[in-house]
Amino acid sequence: MGQAVKILTYEIHNLVRSRWLIGMGVLLLAATEVLFRFGGDPSRAVTSLMNVVFLIVPLVSLVLGTVYFYSSREFNELLLAQPVNRTAIYLGKLAGFTAALSLVFALGTGLPFLLHGYGLGDYAGKVAILLLVGEALVIIFSAVAFLAATRYEDRVKGLGSVILLWFFLSAVYDGLLLLAVHAFHRYPYETPLMALVMLNPIDLGRILVLLQLDISALMGFTGALFRKFYGSGVGTAVSSAMLVLYAAIPIVLGLLSFRRKDF
Amino acid sequence: MRENDVIGIENLSKSFGGVRALDGVSLAVRAGTVTAVLGPNASGKSTLIKCILGLVNPDEGEVHLEDAPVKGEWRYRARIGYMPQSAKFPENLTVDELFALLKDIRKDLPGSGALDTELYERFGLSAIGRRRLGVLSGGTRQRINAAIAFLFAPPLLILDEPTVGLDPLSAVILRDKIRDQRAGGRTVLLTSHLVGEVEEMADHIVYMLEGRPFFDGSIDDLRRLTSEPKLERAIVRLMEENRSGASGQNTDVRNS
Repeated sequence: MGQAVKILTYEIHNLVRSRWLIGMGVLLLAATEVLFRFGGDPSRAVTSLMNVVFLIVPLVSLVLGTVYFYSSREFNELLLAQPVNRTAIYLGKLAGFTAALSLVFALGTGLPFLLHGYGLGDYAGKVAILLLVGEALVIIFSAVAFLAATRYEDRVKGLGSVILLWFFLSAVYDGLLLLAVHAFHRYPYETPLMALVMLNPIDLGRILVLLQLDISALMGFTGALFRKFYGSGVGTAVSSAMLVLYAAIPIVLGLLSFRRKDF
Repeated sequence: MRENDVIGIENLSKSFGGVRALDGVSLAVRAGTVTAVLGPNASGKSTLIKCILGLVNPDEGEVHLEDAPVKGEWRYRARIGYMPQSAKFPENLTVDELFALLKDIRKDLPGSGALDTELYERFGLSAIGRRRLGVLSGGTRQRINAAIAFLFAPPLLILDEPTVGLDPLSAVILRDKIRDQRAGGRTVLLTSHLVGEVEEMADHIVYMLEGRPFFDGSIDDLRRLTSEPKLERAIVRLMEENRSGASGQNTDVRNS
């Protein structure tokens, strides 16, 4: 474990100076600030920000993660020739990347809220859940990126596969759900819908944040049912467990693949 | 494996997508010698080295370092210094930070004693310690690469085309260093395309061809076998004879 921590530390050192990450932080900061200035009340800022976050965070984690892992391939070879085990290298690198990206995300979205004085009081909980879910997405999609970059020797395939996945999860999946709802609107589709939403980490995250805002009332009967389930203790436990699972699966698969890989 | 073999390789095979990179290789590297692995491109030199380092998992066969099999192990690499063919380092770290990382990794491991900073100093790396690795030229990266391999004074050095990309002065410094290693009783395994370099430094030659050691013996053995005084010509002669004569038969002088 000690070796993984050493690698993690150096990864963070390397990454926090990366122009890409700094750029991403500045961009998020600017977006949040703009939403604040023009979005009116902070509740609406959180809603708008949520849409930005759930679109951008998975994409950035996937693309930067994949590119970063590919670009460090030759250095990995040097590390692998050192007395370190492969598990420490993989987990150290993944944890380092995730930590750096999480930091950037937390600063970029959280800082404006603090500066505008919403760090405490009513909005603190809402901002906290947005940040928490955002961090979960960073972890999940960074792990997926590392998995893709380990599995595919070819960069184009690796990058292509993560972009396809992002497009599917953030656009196609919702479209298919809407089609299904439309097709089955005569049937009680709410329970299967709730299950299907859970199968997409981005949707699941969005629901968790939406429920913290007062706009779920706008979603009618379905919204009420969602609120009943996801708002309950069981619902929260199940959704958290699902998010953990979504992170664990790519981490474990990536690690297994990295341990067996030829360099 | 004999008593003073550092590396023992038995029946090692590896295929990449149907192409046989290594085809039942058995070899031994004796302690205190400089062994050069020669051969055309794609003859299996790099795969062989990577199997020893555990970077590539062989399909069949075993690699032993001293007495222990290396499969699934990682601590044995504390006894190896490796210089890859080319290296890219994390762009935003400085030269000093890279060396600190590598020292940090080996800190608590047995067999990591006094540091050998000779190359680090002679290559002038202390002067560029604060530079970012991303802005360094290929030649400078290669010098760092070499300094890293020798830094921990390991008993075994594995160098993959060590002088390629180095300026003539640095190449001379590196060759001197390799010779010093042998004088100090250390073992060196290197690959090279430069026959002159091999002739100058190596005691023992392994000529790889299509995933097999086609010739495995000393330079003198090779000369005697082919009655060619020049190493380059001896190798060519060896290949020609093999092509016209009984093809596929390995010429392992040491065992005869």
